[in-house]
Amino acid sequence: MSTIARKKGVGAVLWDYLTTVDHKKIAHLYLISGGFFFLLGGLEALFIRIQLAKPNNDFLVGGLYNEVLTMHGTTMIFLAAMPLVFAFMNAVVPLQIGARDVAFPFLNALGFWMFFFGGLFLNCSWFLGGAPDAGWTSYASLSLDSKAHHGIDFYTLGLQISGFGTIMGAINFLVTIINMRAPGMTFMRMPMFTWATFVTSALILFAFPPLTVGLIFMMMDRLFGGNFFNPAAGGNTIIWEHLFWVFGHPEVYILVLPAFGIFSEIFATFSRKRLFGYSSMVFATVLIAFLGFMVWAHHMFTVGMGPIANAIFAVATMTIAVPTGVKIFNWLFTMWGGSIKFTTPMHYAVAFIPSFVMGGVTGVMLASAAADYQYHDSYFVVAHFHYVIVGGVVFALLAGTHYWWPKMFGRMLNETLGKMTFWLFFIGFHLTFFIQHFLGLTGMPRRVFTYLPNQGWETGNFVSTVGAFFMAAATIILLINIVVTTAKGEKVPGDAWGDGRTLEWAIASPPPVYNFAQTPLVRGLDAFWLEKMEGKKELTPAEPLGDIHMPNSSFLPFVIAFGLFVAAFGFTYHNDAGWGLPVGILGLLITLGSMFLRSVIDDHGFHIHKEEVLELEKKEANA
Amino acid sequence: MANQTNSGNERVDLAYRRRKNAEEMRHQMIAFVLMILLTLIAFAAVGYEEFSHWFVVPFILLLAAVQVAFQLYYFMHMSHKGHEFPAMFIYGGVAVMLLLVWAFTTVIWW
Ligand code: HEM
Ligand SMILES: [Cu+2]
Repeated sequence: MSTIARKKGVGAVLWDYLTTVDHKKIAHLYLISGGFFFLLGGLEALFIRIQLAKPNNDFLVGGLYNEVLTMHGTTMIFLAAMPLVFAFMNAVVPLQIGARDVAFPFLNALGFWMFFFGGLFLNCSWFLGGAPDAGWTSYASLSLDSKAHHGIDFYTLGLQISGFGTIMGAINFLVTIINMRAPGMTFMRMPMFTWATFVTSALILFAFPPLTVGLIFMMMDRLFGGNFFNPAAGGNTIIWEHLFWVFGHPEVYILVLPAFGIFSEIFATFSRKRLFGYSSMVFATVLIAFLGFMVWAHHMFTVGMGPIANAIFAVATMTIAVPTGVKIFNWLFTMWGGSIKFTTPMHYAVAFIPSFVMGGVTGVMLASAAADYQYHDSYFVVAHFHYVIVGGVVFALLAGTHYWWPKMFGRMLNETLGKMTFWLFFIGFHLTFFIQHFLGLTGMPRRVFTYLPNQGWETGNFVSTVGAFFMAAATIILLINIVVTTAKGEKVPGDAWGDGRTLEWAIASPPPVYNFAQTPLVRGLDAFWLEKMEGKKELTPAEPLGDIHMPNSSFLPFVIAFGLFVAAFGFTYHNDAGWGLPVGILGLLITLGSMFLRSVIDDHGFHIHKEEVLELEKKEANA
Repeated sequence: MANQTNSGNERVDLAYRRRKNAEEMRHQMIAFVLMILLTLIAFAAVGYEEFSHWFVVPFILLLAAVQVAFQLYYFMHMSHKGHEFPAMFIYGGVAVMLLLVWAFTTVIWW
C-alpha cells in the first residue's frame, strides 16, 4: 500500500472513512457526527424556546413537546457533547504523548460506529411512532407508563449501543496513555488535556456500567416481561433513579473535565506562559473525579432519602467546589503577567471563567438540601445546568474547534468570523439562561409545555427565546466560517498559532498518517516549547529513522455495530410482530459473525518504508 | 513496538529466570491446591445440615473473596511488577460498587 497522497474520488474517500482505523480520521468522524447531532439538538432547543416564547402558545403541545424536550437533552448529552469531546481526544491525545496511533485502533473505530449507530437508532424513533418522552433522565415511573409508542425502547436500546462504544473509547484511551507515551513523557510531564482525557476515561469506565445495568433492567421491564422497577410486582422505581444518577453525576464531570483540559491548553498557549500550578491542576482533576462518585444523590434530595443521607450528600457535593476553585485560580494566575494574545479560542477561555463560576455558585446553592426543596424541578435548575454545560462544555468545544482546527485540517478558521461567532454566542447564552434563574425562583416549573398569562413570566421567557436565536445565528456563522475556510482558507505550518507548547504543534498540519517520523524524546513539560526556547525548530528524536508499522483498515467495525442496530429493531418490535425475533437474532448473528471473522483472520498490518517516510517528510518541508 | 530490553547477559538471565519460574510454579501449585480445598469446604458447609443459612451464606462469600484474590495474585500475576494500574482500576471499581451497594441498602428503604 502506498501512502503517497493522490486525488481520490468521492467513493474512495467514503470507503476510506468507513474502514479507517486512523485516530485522526476517527476524530473527523466524531467531529462531523457530533456536530450534526449538535445542530439537531440545537434545532430542538429552538423549537422548545419558540413554544415557550409567549403564554398559551400552541406551537408544540403536550406529548410532542415532551418528545422534543427529551430528545434535546438526550441528544445534547450523549450524541453531541460526548462525541465532540471524543473528537478532540482522538485528534490530539496521541499527538500530545508522541504516539503513532492509539493502543487499539480497531477498537477505536468500533467505538465510533457503536456510538453512531446507537444515535441513529435513537433518532429513528421520530419516524416510527414517536420519540422517547420521559425526559433525558427517563425516570422509571414515567417511562414504564409511556405506552403509546416505542419511544422509550429506542432510548434504552440506542443508549446501550452507544454506551458500549463510549466504554470502548475510554478503555482505549486509558491503555494508550498508560502504555504509549514517548520516551521521557512521564505522567507529570503530560499536557493537561491528556491528563483530563486520562481521568475522564477512568470516570467513563466506572460510571457507564451502572447506566448499562439500569438500561438493561429497563429493557427487561419494557420488552421482556421484567419487573425490576414495577412496585406492583415487587420492584422499586427508585432503583432506576440511583442507577441513573450514579452514572449521571460522573457524566457531568466526564463532559467538563475535558473542557477544563482544553482551556488549560488555551490559557497557557495564548498567555505564552507555563500553566500555573501544573501539579495542583493534576491533583485537582483527580480529586474532582474521585469526589464526583460520591455525590450522585444530590439529584434526589426530594425523593425522601432522609435527613442524614441528604446532609451527607450535601456536604460531599460542596467539597467539590474546593478543587474546582483551585483550578479557577490557577487559570487566572496563568494569565497574570502573561503576554496575552486575544485569539478566538482565548475569547472563549476568558468568557468561560465568569460563566462557569456562575454555574458553580448556583450549584452550591442547589447542593443545600433544604433549599433545594424550593429550587427543585424549577427553571432555576435549567439555568444552573446550562451555565455549567454551555458556559463550560460548549464554550470549550467551540474554543477547541477554533484552536485545533488548523492542526486537524491544515487551514486556519477565519478569526474575524470566529470572533463574531463568539460574541453572538456569548451574548445569546447569557440572554437565554440568566433570566431563567429568576423564572425559576418565581416558580416556573421545568418540563412543562406552557404557562398562563399574568404570572409574571412573559418578559423573562420572551427574552430567553431571543437569546436562543442569537446562539442560532452564532452557529450559522460558524458553519459559514467552516465552509469558507475549507474552500479557501490559508494553509498553516505545523506550529499554526506560532505559540504551540505541546508535541502536536511540532509536526505538520494535518499530521502525516504515522504522526511522528521519529518518536520524539521528551525533556520536560511543554516539550515543544522547551525545544523552541533552545533555538531548535524540531523535536529531539528518540530513535533512528526506520520502517513504520501501521494497522490495516477494516470494514468490520462498521458491520459489528450495524448488526446491533438491526438487532435493536428486531427486539423493539418482537412483541408486536412475528418478524421481530428473527430480525433480532439475525442482527446478533451479523455482529457475532463479524467478531468471529475478526478473531480468525490474521492481520499483521503493513509497513511504511523508510524511503517513503523520507520522501513524505521532504515534501512536507517544501510545502 | 517497545523494545524489550534486558540486562544483555543472556546466561545470567536464563539462570535467574529458571529459578524464578520454579518458584512461581510452586506458588501456583500451592494456590491451586488451596483453591480446591476451599471449594470442598464450601460444598461441605452447604451440605452440612447443622449450619444455619446465616452462617453459610456469609461464609461462602468470604471463601469466594479469597478465591478471587488467589486467582488475581497467583494465576494472573497481579503481584508482579507492572500490574499497578490494573490493580488500581480493579480496586477503584470495587470501591465504587461497595459504595453503591451500601447506598442501596441504606437509603432505599421503601
Ligand atoms: C445552546 C442552546 C441551548 C438552548 C437554547 C437550550 C434550551 C433548553 C430548554 C428550553 C430546555 C427545557 C427546559 C425545561 O423545560 O425543563 C432544555 C433542557 C435541557 N437541555 Fe438545553 N439548551 C441548549 C443547549 C444545551 C446543551 C449544549 C446541552 C448539553 C450538552 C443541553 C442539555 C439539556 C438537558 C440535559 C436538558 C433537560 C432535558 C430534560 O429535562 O429531559 N442543552 N434546554
Ligand atoms: Cu450531580
